[in-house]
Amino acid sequence: MTEAECVECGAELSLHDDLEAGEIIDCGTCGAELEVIDTEPPVLDRAPELEEDWGE
Amino acid sequence: MHVGILYSRIRRDEKLLLSELRNRGHDVEKIDVRKQQFSLDGTTADISNLDLVVDRCLATSRSLYATEFLESYGATVINSPKTADICADKAKNSLALANAGVPTPATKVAFTTDAALEAIESFGYPCVLKPVVGSWGRLMAKIDSRNAAEAILEHKATLGHYEHKVFYVQEFVAKPGRDIRVLATDGEPIAAMTRSSDHWLTNAAKGGKTAAFELDETALELVKKASDAVGGGLLGVDLMEVGGAGSGEYTVHEVNHTVEFKALNEATPVDVPAKVVDWMEAKAAETSDEKAEAPAI
Repeated sequence: MTEAECVECGAELSLHDDLEAGEIIDCGTCGAELEVIDTEPPVLDRAPELEEDWGE
Repeated sequence: MHVGILYSRIRRDEKLLLSELRNRGHDVEKIDVRKQQFSLDGTTADISNLDLVVDRCLATSRSLYATEFLESYGATVINSPKTADICADKAKNSLALANAGVPTPATKVAFTTDAALEAIESFGYPCVLKPVVGSWGRLMAKIDSRNAAEAILEHKATLGHYEHKVFYVQEFVAKPGRDIRVLATDGEPIAAMTRSSDHWLTNAAKGGKTAAFELDETALELVKKASDAVGGGLLGVDLMEVGGAGSGEYTVHEVNHTVEFKALNEATPVDVPAKVVDWMEAKAAETSDEKAEAPAI
């Protein structure tokens, strides 16, 4: 398990081993949705807001 | 097999798929469509050695264009842009189902608030107003009165972009507190579940409770017909039971083309990603045979 910093609140996040670029994770401290930009090493950014045409 | 996955967000569904593909030793090329350009004769994405491209775009607009471009480069895309085009638009979806003789809720499309109000009044109350593009039960309106109809139409006409001025009005189907989601590959069901809720919207994304469902002969036939009606592929076919739970009579309200299956994987004993990858492998083999048999130019 690796760690990264929340870009919103600065809290330390523990990340799963099977992390995928493009995946969204929630910060347990501030609740921000974060997108995994890269996995080695882990890079996080704020996730895009929900758009109207998203879905199935 | 070398598989390209078109995506902009990796949901649990995509993680399940990626894991199954990699566990079987397939090469996976993740293609984040947000980083690519698509020109008339090629793309910045590396698609040169792909046997298959799987569209898992979360955004419908991206799904529609990316699949169209990739198919034009000669890639085998699932689902095809033709299927995506029909499934992405509720009006086209309804037309395709009706034209194929699949029972589907009565639907009217109107382009002005006056005409939409007439359509609503012709159905009576309650009836349903849906956006032609959208998912997860968002912006769906169950209209219970003329006052509500007038207000919703005015809001849509004033606040919405042009697609909200295509008013898609539908009869309200009194389903028995649940609808049925079937995941199918070219009309062959992989698994099915009910989605239940006290709310009139039963989508899993809206918190509907899921349970495995066994399809009867009528449902099996409808799933096949609905899949064929939109061009086949990996699809989520949604049915409602008409006349009560277990009546054996159905109406098909929608077919989804970038179908999510994590809830189905949990609700049923079926290994859904394994079945999906089985189908992909068969598709890739089929395509490879077709290419081998094609006369050299």
